[in-house]
This record gives sequence, C-alpha cells and structure tokens, in this order.
Amino acid sequence: MATTAFLTDSTLCIGCKACEVACKEYNQVPADGYEWTGRSYDNTLDLGHSTWRHVAFVEMDTAFGVGGNSGEQLTWSFVSDVCKHCANAGCLDACPTGSIVRTDLGSVYVQPDVCNGCGYCVVGCPFGVIDRRPDDGRAFKCTFCYDRQRDGQQPACAKACPTESILFGEIDDLRAHAAARLATLHARGITDAVFWDSSNTSVGGAHAMFIVRGDPEAYNLPTNAQAPTIYQRDGWRSATVAAALAIAGAAFAFLRRG
Amino acid sequence: MTTTYYDVPLLKPPVWTWEVPVYFFVGGIAGGAAVIGTVAHWTGEDGTLVRDARWIAAAGGPASAMLLTADLGRPERFINMLRTLNPQSPMSIGSWTLASFSATSTSALIPAVSPVAAPAAAVLGGMMLTYTGVLIGATAIPVWNANVSLLPIHFAASGMAAAAATLTLMGHDEPALNDIALGAAAIETLIGAAIESRDDPRLAPLRQGASGWTIRAGGVLSGPVPLVIRAATRNRTWRSVASIAALAGSLLTRLGWIAAGRVSARQSDHAHRHSAR
Repeated sequence: MATTAFLTDSTLCIGCKACEVACKEYNQVPADGYEWTGRSYDNTLDLGHSTWRHVAFVEMDTAFGVGGNSGEQLTWSFVSDVCKHCANAGCLDACPTGSIVRTDLGSVYVQPDVCNGCGYCVVGCPFGVIDRRPDDGRAFKCTFCYDRQRDGQQPACAKACPTESILFGEIDDLRAHAAARLATLHARGITDAVFWDSSNTSVGGAHAMFIVRGDPEAYNLPTNAQAPTIYQRDGWRSATVAAALAIAGAAFAFLRRG
Repeated sequence: MTTTYYDVPLLKPPVWTWEVPVYFFVGGIAGGAAVIGTVAHWTGEDGTLVRDARWIAAAGGPASAMLLTADLGRPERFINMLRTLNPQSPMSIGSWTLASFSATSTSALIPAVSPVAAPAAAVLGGMMLTYTGVLIGATAIPVWNANVSLLPIHFAASGMAAAAATLTLMGHDEPALNDIALGAAAIETLIGAAIESRDDPRLAPLRQGASGWTIRAGGVLSGPVPLVIRAATRNRTWRSVASIAALAGSLLTRLGWIAAGRVSARQSDHAHRHSAR
C-alpha cells in the first residue's frame, strides 16, 4: 500500500479546533483536563497521551497577510500539531516489547495489547508527543486513524477540517502540493512561509509535514530535533570500555594482592 | 535547549518512579558483585568472599526484576519485555541482559555449573554495570544525552564501589577489595569534578535545585569521602564508614540523575521568541 501522510498548512488554519474534537470523538480518547491556560485561546497546550491533535495559537506582531488588518492590532497564526510519524522514530527504536511498529501505510503505531507501559518511548520522542496514560498504564499517541485508513477513509481530523488546512494523501503527492503552495504564497508576498518536515535531521523526515509562517520553533516544531538513536554508538562504546575496565581493574587488584 | 511554543516544554518528562533509580543501584551492586566474585575465584581467592559475592549477584537479579516490574504501567505484562529483541533499544538489550544475568548468576551458585556460569555472569555483570548509562543517555532528554559517554563509566564506577562496599560491610577486608573501592572512588571524584567544571547550559539540573544537590551529595559520598578514608587508614570501623558513604552515594547518584532528567525535560522551553505585544 502507498505511504500516506498529513500536510498541515498553518496559512489555512482558522483555529476552530474541529480536528481536536473529531480526533477525540472518533478514537474515544478520554478527557485530559479542563484548564484555562492563559496561553491565548489554547487551553490544550500540548500533545500527550490523551491529546493527539493540538491547535497552537501563536500570537505575533502584525504581519502582511495574517489577520489584523489595521496594522496596529495584535495578530495571530494557528496550526494543528500532531504526531510526526517520523521516518526514524525515536519511540519505535526505544520500544523493548515490539509494541510500537511501522505499519504498511508508513505510520508509527502503538499496539495497545502489547504495550506494558515501561515508559521508555516517552523519553525517546524528540517532539514530546507520546506519553503514558496514568490510569491506564499504557503509552498512547496518534494512530493515524489506522482503522479508518484500512477502510479507505481519511483520518478523522482531516475529514473534519473545514478549510482543508489538514490535507491527507499519498506522501509524494503532498510534497508536490506543498511545493506548489509555497510558490503561491511567496508569489503573493508572503515570503516568510516555510515547509517543515524535519528531513534535515537524523529524524529523516516526517509523515506529518507542515507549512508555517516564520520560525517553526514558535509553533512547537523544533528545527534541530534528533532521533535519540544517534547517541547510542557513543554510549555503547563507552559502556564496552567501562565494563572492560571494571573487569580488568578487579583482575589487576586481585592479582596484585594475591 | 530549544525555543518552543510559549513556555510549554517541548519534551515529556520521564514517567519512571523510584523503582527505576533504585534498580540502577541494586543492579549495579549485583553486576559488580558478579565481576568481583568471578575474578576473585579466578585468582585463587578464599571461599567466603567468592561465596558472598556470588550470593549478592544471584539475589540482585530477582530483586531487580521485581523493582522494574513494579514500575511498569501494566506490570502483568512484564513478560512482553522478552517478546522480541530490539537491538536499537537499550531497554530491550537491558531486559535480555537482566534475564541472562539472573539465570547465570543463580546457576553460578551450583558447583557443577559454576565454571561456565560464573564467567558468563561476570561478563553479563559488566553489562549490568554499564548499560543503564546508555539507557538514559540515548534519549531525547538533554542533560542525559549530553552525557551519553560519561554515564556508562560513571555508573560502572558507582556499581563497583557499591559492590565492594557491600562486601566490606559483610566483613571482608581483603586488600584487593580496598583497591577496587579506592579506584572506583577516584574515578567518581574525577567525574564529579568534570561535571562541576563543564560549561554547558544543559547540565544546569546537575548543579541547581534539588536534583543538583542530590547529585552533589551523591558525588561527595561516592568520591572524596571514601577515597580519603580508605587511603588514609586501615581501621575497619573507618572502612565501614567509607562503605556506608559509598553505598549512600551510589543510591543518591542514581536518584539524582533521574531527577535531573525530569528537570531537564521541563527546561526544554524558552521565552516565546515572537513578541506577544
């Protein structure tokens, strides 16, 4: 089957949060707090075990083409954050039970009947997506609506999005679409629009791609995220040296002292 | 550290509870004891040191498994740890290491099997001493991955020191044991100095707040205190004091590093770069 992906275009997002609601409703994700955060109109704050789509509200100085027509008003941008379904997924590499797998659609999926809640995936994700659900014990994240896709449907969030800010489709088609969209935006004078998919790092690309204005970091899209697997070589090398030293040191001590 | 969305941390903190750092402590002692027991036997040491070391190693296996199982979100599924081997996962390698170490350290108690089992337990003991450093080093947590090369050495020294300390408190005063404890304390002292002197903002949790004080207390009790005492005197009472200090230091070190990881995840944010008003 083809590799599917999301393209989330912040320049089309109106911050309606239909994606958050649709995801929760379809996937029967439990409530995870009702809190006035004081962070603009974002009362969800971040992705987690029971939030798989999170709409970020990024307030900024007035900029051409972004709301706030008077030039004196504050203006803002919105984007719907989601699990990146990384090409080199830190959570997948971390999982000791084999619960987290790569599906035939290219997504990263946590098998809830296998996960024993060790929590290692939580510290393996460089984007802070996956988390362990306290009352359940297992780790949860966006499933990419694996069951809907198998039935030939779009994920719930893409289906619900009223402006088609969340596009779903075959990954190469979406990459081509993103390039065309960027060209259009730049031609209109929106020159600060950028494409983000973390392909410049060891993550190697994401199946959830984004178009945002300005610095992706402000939208919780880090520009230098690394798959923690890259640290392993140094770690194991050091571990081998240390273990050898421990054994050799003990041998030296006992041989010397008789 | 990365700039993120408002002051919301980018990373999720570790969900582990006290069982995990305590396991690091117990597993280190067990691994160190296996190394000491096998090496001592190989060099012709007397029976009781070898016997005690092998019993500590054998007890440490099941104790470790119980601690780790208790921390799981679904403890009844602990066996899924052996469902597969994922070489990319230090925790998978660690799970298999613990299982094999438990098997070999227990069978090393059986005289007929010990010629094979004890050396195997020593090699696996070397892994028990060190893999936990790789486990936390190969993660997204900045204070941990910034120290991925240091941690295996740090934890190995800590485990060897704690194993030697345990055997000392059980009444063994072989000079070789003292040498091992001295060497480990010297390494811990150097590591403590290195942590204090490196100028890297990611290391802030090691030097500030509750996690910083825990690390420092652990460092002092693991390093300079037993080093000075064991170098200065052969008095058995003082060496017992040094051993207690080393044990406390080893435990505090593990607790401190996990706490530092939590702080480091929380600090994965910066002031919002776009001006709000």
